[in-house]
Amino acid sequence: MAGLDLSLIASQAFTGLGLGVIFVLLAVGLSLIFGLMGVTNFAHGSLYMLGAYFSFSLLAFTGNFWVGLVGGALLVAVLGIVTEVVLLRPLVGRSSDHPLLLTFGLSLVLVEAVRLVWGKAGLELNTPTSLSGAVNLGFMFFPQYRLFVIAVTALSLLALWLFLTRTNVGLIIRAGTRDPLMVRALGFNFNAIRTIVFGIGAGLAGLAGALVGPLGGVYAEMGINIIIESFVVVVVGGMGSLLGAVVAGLLIGEVVSFTTLFAPKFSHLSVFIVMAVVLILRPSGLFGESGLME
Amino acid sequence: MIRWLTKHIAAHPIAAFVVVFTIFPFVIPYEALAAQVLTYGLFALGFNIIYGYTGLLSFGHAAFWGLGAYGTGITLAKLGMTSLWIGLAAGVLAALVAGVVVGYLCLRRRGIYFAMLTLAFGQMIFFTGFHLSEWTGGDDGLRGIPRLPAELPGITIPLDTPLSLYYFTMVIVTLMLAGLKRILESPFGTVLQAIRENESRAEACGYDVRRVKLLSFTFSALFAGVAGALEAVRLNFVPIDALYWTTSAQVVIMTLLGGAGTFFGPFVGAATFLLLEDRLSQLMESWSLVIGIIFIAFVLFLPKGIWGTLLERLQRGGGRAAVAEPVEMRTSATADSPKEENGRA
Amino acid sequence: MKNCKSENLVSRRRFLAAAGASAIALPRWSFAQQKVIKIGFPTPLTSPYSTEAQDQVNGATLAVEEFNAKGGVLSRKIELLARDDQLKPGITAQKAKELIEKDQVDFMSGALSAHVQMAVNSQTKPAKMVYISISQANAITAMPDWSPWTFHEAFSPHMTTQAGGSWAIDNLGKRLFILYADYALGADLNAGIERIAKEKGATVVGKLPHVLGNPDFSPFVPKILASNADVLVINNYGKDQLNAVKDMHNFGVKKKMKIFFPLITFTGREDLGPVPYEEVYGGASFYWELARENPSAKRFVDAFQKRFNRPPGDYAGYAYSAIRLLLQSVEKAGTTHADKVAAQMAGATYDTYKGKQWMRKCDHQSFQDWYIVRSKPEKNQKGKYDVMDIVAKVPGSEPLERSCSELGHKT
Repeated sequence: MAGLDLSLIASQAFTGLGLGVIFVLLAVGLSLIFGLMGVTNFAHGSLYMLGAYFSFSLLAFTGNFWVGLVGGALLVAVLGIVTEVVLLRPLVGRSSDHPLLLTFGLSLVLVEAVRLVWGKAGLELNTPTSLSGAVNLGFMFFPQYRLFVIAVTALSLLALWLFLTRTNVGLIIRAGTRDPLMVRALGFNFNAIRTIVFGIGAGLAGLAGALVGPLGGVYAEMGINIIIESFVVVVVGGMGSLLGAVVAGLLIGEVVSFTTLFAPKFSHLSVFIVMAVVLILRPSGLFGESGLME
Repeated sequence: MIRWLTKHIAAHPIAAFVVVFTIFPFVIPYEALAAQVLTYGLFALGFNIIYGYTGLLSFGHAAFWGLGAYGTGITLAKLGMTSLWIGLAAGVLAALVAGVVVGYLCLRRRGIYFAMLTLAFGQMIFFTGFHLSEWTGGDDGLRGIPRLPAELPGITIPLDTPLSLYYFTMVIVTLMLAGLKRILESPFGTVLQAIRENESRAEACGYDVRRVKLLSFTFSALFAGVAGALEAVRLNFVPIDALYWTTSAQVVIMTLLGGAGTFFGPFVGAATFLLLEDRLSQLMESWSLVIGIIFIAFVLFLPKGIWGTLLERLQRGGGRAAVAEPVEMRTSATADSPKEENGRA
Repeated sequence: MKNCKSENLVSRRRFLAAAGASAIALPRWSFAQQKVIKIGFPTPLTSPYSTEAQDQVNGATLAVEEFNAKGGVLSRKIELLARDDQLKPGITAQKAKELIEKDQVDFMSGALSAHVQMAVNSQTKPAKMVYISISQANAITAMPDWSPWTFHEAFSPHMTTQAGGSWAIDNLGKRLFILYADYALGADLNAGIERIAKEKGATVVGKLPHVLGNPDFSPFVPKILASNADVLVINNYGKDQLNAVKDMHNFGVKKKMKIFFPLITFTGREDLGPVPYEEVYGGASFYWELARENPSAKRFVDAFQKRFNRPPGDYAGYAYSAIRLLLQSVEKAGTTHADKVAAQMAGATYDTYKGKQWMRKCDHQSFQDWYIVRSKPEKNQKGKYDVMDIVAKVPGSEPLERSCSELGHKT
């Protein structure tokens, strides 16, 4: 009996990991955008949704899943760049509520636009045949595709870390989250930095959506459902902290998974309870305040 | 012409409100929509107290609207009370108590953290309402709320026709509006705006900022609760989405459209939003696309909202705006960098 | 004489107020004279159930067009006013109110899903308007929600589980694990499964709720697998079914137990294809292949196919039947007066699209046959819509539903 329980726990923990990595991809993007720009990007869920839709269409067009995946993420990154330049830059210097409100309005527009272009009913995406099997982990059979998602997330985080620590642009970005004024004073083109950061954040969201497409389906409402949970993750981790986003994302994934096992009626609510408790005990989240890389 | 109207409306807000809303149901396609403008307008008015006047963005205000609705609904439908006033009072009380509790817990933080905390509590209240389905009807909603008459000393006024319900709602809303005017014109109202402009300075001047913010939040919840109670009577039904965060988002949109931090802004915003939604959803399936685009355009070009922009033009034109129309200068505590907001405990 | 429709009062008052006159007694007919008979029809055109909603609109439209082609009813044309209720009860209540007060519809039908139906009923009941509901709900035929003008064409979750659950226990296994959507439909289906299980000596070895609109069912898998059940009964609908099937297939759950959907969604099988649905069973009120053996079904399916280029789903059938019954009853009653139409409908026996159906008098529930289907294997599938095999028929009978007294009706 004990062995059985252990494998149940291990299974639950692993599925939690599978859930958590999507939160991580979304939260890292959100946190990056907030940390550098002070913008609460309410359209993040819609960018995630667009990642799924773009990858679907690219797959339909080219017949190649990998093109769909990478292309989808890149297209969303480009859309992010355009959004930042056209819609968000005019708001610099105004109250910090305005970008929040604007991105909220943008999310409404994107959801409707998607329904117009791709129809109201949602689309089904199949996992590529190369990844359609299941792997025997000992305690459970885990679908290959889900392992793939975990791997892609890990690689993306590694790539991001390398970018932020080993490149000049990355250095400027990190400095910019600590002290935007100083970075400007030193002569750097802060506008360009903002655009790049928003593009990266959007690209990560798009990647998450493209990854999730074969799992949960592609539908216009998918962003609305996940945006609130993404904010919760970012706040729990500490707004502006990338390490916080990673830790909190995995934590929330495990919380959802284990409450499903032990207290299923509360699994949706548990996320908010965790956030409320964290905020009351550690007002800036788990890792908040100290800048990007801490 | 517009300037003349604006000037006079701003100078005598309550009288203007009564005039406009007395003829409103005859201008609008049907009375139930007109009454909906009143209830949502009052909801937005309440939200405006904490957002437009005090500068704190709350994402969980649906909780107070919903509690007002469910409090009234449960009292009348499940507990079988036969007095409309008791039903309304129960809803208002529920919203008020929740306002004090939630406000106390959330106001420790500011900015985005405050917003997220209010969202969290709002969702918790939603889940409670969803699962207490014996009382609330769960996701089937609370059905069977009777349309009781308004009993006053001397006469009993039946409210079973759309028009009579409308005027009843209008009277209550007018009273709340008059109350709000008193609040804003009082020293308390001035301190609210001082906090909005620069909280640290208000504190340095010696005001008990925390207490003032809590009072403001409580008033805000109270207004939302009255609005919710009226809505329960209007629809004879309370849907569970009354407590969901999308309802909180709706009231934010309405307030911004109309003009945050202005007296009439919320009503203008509620009317615009609801009328647009009603008309557009008949004409096209993608009406929320249009509303989203309009909203973005407002944020970019008309951040003061319809009414706020009208007032601003009035002021710039050399007229004297009324005391009861403090024009929005900036919402939330200045252009703080996130660092600065985080830095405060 | 009693006013049948409160909106006559509304239109009269509007006129009085606008004319500034007071209490001029004008005959009712000058305002009630509408050339067209209007039927209000809220349905979730934008929602996870949007395909089924469109199906409903199509079925209703076909019925309306058939009657209009014969000259209408009582020499009046019929108009269907479809509205998008977004599957949200608050919006539905508002739309229903608008249909009643502004559009002045004569009758109401529509709604998909229990909670939304109740919102429609919350508006039609005080207005004393005939409402014939076309989706599953347990509460609509019971007190206190029921009214003399409320009718239920669709199966109730209770009947669904008694019919389907009984078959599943007899044919698939006696150890059941229930995975359900955490809202009214899920809860109602659960209550039904647990009841039939008790009756037949089967055991429910575990239960797990999921949030409505859940895209990821992986966190439920470990517990399901650990339960050693024979049958996984999944009490949900629409997109949720599709996602559940996908994950159960990918995690190998189907290797260890059979999957049964008391209320199966055909479009899920159409969209996902045969592989994830292999060996999946379910219950439904109608499947278009009935046209092979049933003449009424053949007439309906052929007309629908011709009009919409695809065969009708089960919800199209409900809508078609409801509108036909409604309009037939208006014809028999000779008037659109709600009480008289309701009286015609209350005891009706009819055959609109699949065989004999009848309305029980005490609660206005329509009794009809139920079908058990199995997903058609890939090798047998001949077309996009050729997705199911009918494996059993459960004939309609009143013992399948709760008794009149259990529902709170005085007999």
